[in-house]
Amino acid sequence: MKRTVFPNRWLPYLLVAPQVAVTIVFFFWPAGKSLYLSVFKSPPVGGRDIFVGLDNFTALLRDREYYESVLNSFVFAGGVTVLSVAGGLVVAVLANQKIRGLGFYRTALLWPYGIAPAVAGIIFLFIFHPAYGILPYLASFVTAYEFNWLLKGWIAMTLVVVATSWTQLGYNIAFFLAGLQGIPTSVMEAASVDGASPVRKFTAIIVPLISPITFYLVVVNMVFAFFSSFGVIHAVTQGGPGNATGIMVFKLWKDGFIGLNLGSSAAQSVILMAVVIGMTMLQFRFAEKRVTY
Amino acid sequence: MNDPSLGATVRVPALPRVAVAERQGPRRRVPGGTVLVHAALFACVAVIAFPLYFAFVISTQELSEVIQKPPRLLPSSHAVENYVEAWRRSGMARLLFNSAIVAVAVAVGKISISMLSAFAIVYFRFRGASFVFWLIFLTLMLPIPVRILPTYEVVGNLGWLNTYAGLSVPLMASATATFLFRQFYMTVPNELAEAAQIDGAGALRFLWSFLLPLSWANIAALFVVLFIYGWNEYFWPLLITNTEEMRTVVIGLERLIPRTGTELPTWNLIMAGAMMALLPPVAVIVFMQRWFVKGLIESEK
Repeated sequence: MKRTVFPNRWLPYLLVAPQVAVTIVFFFWPAGKSLYLSVFKSPPVGGRDIFVGLDNFTALLRDREYYESVLNSFVFAGGVTVLSVAGGLVVAVLANQKIRGLGFYRTALLWPYGIAPAVAGIIFLFIFHPAYGILPYLASFVTAYEFNWLLKGWIAMTLVVVATSWTQLGYNIAFFLAGLQGIPTSVMEAASVDGASPVRKFTAIIVPLISPITFYLVVVNMVFAFFSSFGVIHAVTQGGPGNATGIMVFKLWKDGFIGLNLGSSAAQSVILMAVVIGMTMLQFRFAEKRVTY
Repeated sequence: MNDPSLGATVRVPALPRVAVAERQGPRRRVPGGTVLVHAALFACVAVIAFPLYFAFVISTQELSEVIQKPPRLLPSSHAVENYVEAWRRSGMARLLFNSAIVAVAVAVGKISISMLSAFAIVYFRFRGASFVFWLIFLTLMLPIPVRILPTYEVVGNLGWLNTYAGLSVPLMASATATFLFRQFYMTVPNELAEAAQIDGAGALRFLWSFLLPLSWANIAALFVVLFIYGWNEYFWPLLITNTEEMRTVVIGLERLIPRTGTELPTWNLIMAGAMMALLPPVAVIVFMQRWFVKGLIESEK
């Protein structure tokens, strides 16, 4: 079907101009500059950039802290994704029953999405506080283990993962609920007639039918944890203790804006660009497939 | 005639089937099972709400109560003085004002430029249309961290450091909002544009008097989601502001946390500050829940 179009010649260019201008000035030009800077060494005090080829990248390969930050990123993103997607699915299945007050529950489960991960992190910082926090206090009854995130890297990682998952949970619940409501009631009723238990219905019907949404959410949560979690790290742990929570985005900022090593920071940007392109392509490949179900 | 009120057009329910499920009520279910489901759901709500409750409780206590053991889990009577002190010490009025400006500017800016470009792509044939479409699409793959240093440089060259323009304009390009409007425009019947043309309405007239009134549901939904995005952005405002007057609340809050051993850890004030920083976006979600869910699900697809 051919759409009705307006005949103006110059108006469409005027209409796309603001978006295109912002896109070029703040997205493509800087992204190109990142690529450019990644193969140069820029003296911090000024002077001409020196072409160094792939030196910035090979320097990263020799940097133990960079390996740690890559590992930390995957642990952090994996933790956030597993916790908030699995948790979101369980809660959404519970909330998808034919019961009264669903509207109330949905709001009551959704609102933490409004909280910035950095602010959530500050709240959890006190919950985890070694001296006054309620969690170390409760842990002290069970074990003599020193529950101190300032000393134990894995506790610091748990702290930022839990705080981030707390804010992301509502997002996943909203998507799962929308997906669950798309499952025809006839299918579920047929299963009930056949005497399927709730657990069997969950594993044999719900999980396969909403797997496209699950996959989508896994990718989205990974991207979020990789690229939008600077705040929680900066506000709460500053990458510490040691480098236990120093994720890739945090190291990029530290090297670029504190260490003023522009070449290395740009090289890290380029590596992250490859990561996000890979993740986005994965998401869109699957988005096409999901039409078939 | 072509000026329907907001109430008349804002009609698309976020998830219509929810309403149906609610109306049907408990049916063919043993009462015991329903109680169990309610109990489980209520437990989930309680677990999710606990951190916020705990932050609120701490924000009402004086320091001696904050550090006592076992932790006191009931509100105390020092709320007013704590909130006043946190407000004063962090310069909260200015922080909240800045966050509001930035969040509204980002939301309105993204929606406006996305509506215009989607309109151009759907309702015009022009050379380079698919190039523009791809340009917008590719911004999905360029989140802030992959272009952070040069973007900072560009904003610096424009003289936009420590300005509202610098805080908001670089965040405005949006592939998702453009796609949402594009998709929506494609569902608008062709006859509408034909009729408008026969009546002699130009393109801009059609956009203003026909498409805009039809788009309110999408605009409201996007506004809620983008407002929260703008309010909670951390990396960008941290970089391009270095004066107290231009900090947003998410950044400014960090200032309440003592980083040296000599300062008193005034956790009651920190929690009071956190409560004030999170209240506006959470209130927006609670009061505009329907739009929020719609915006979330439709804009991210």
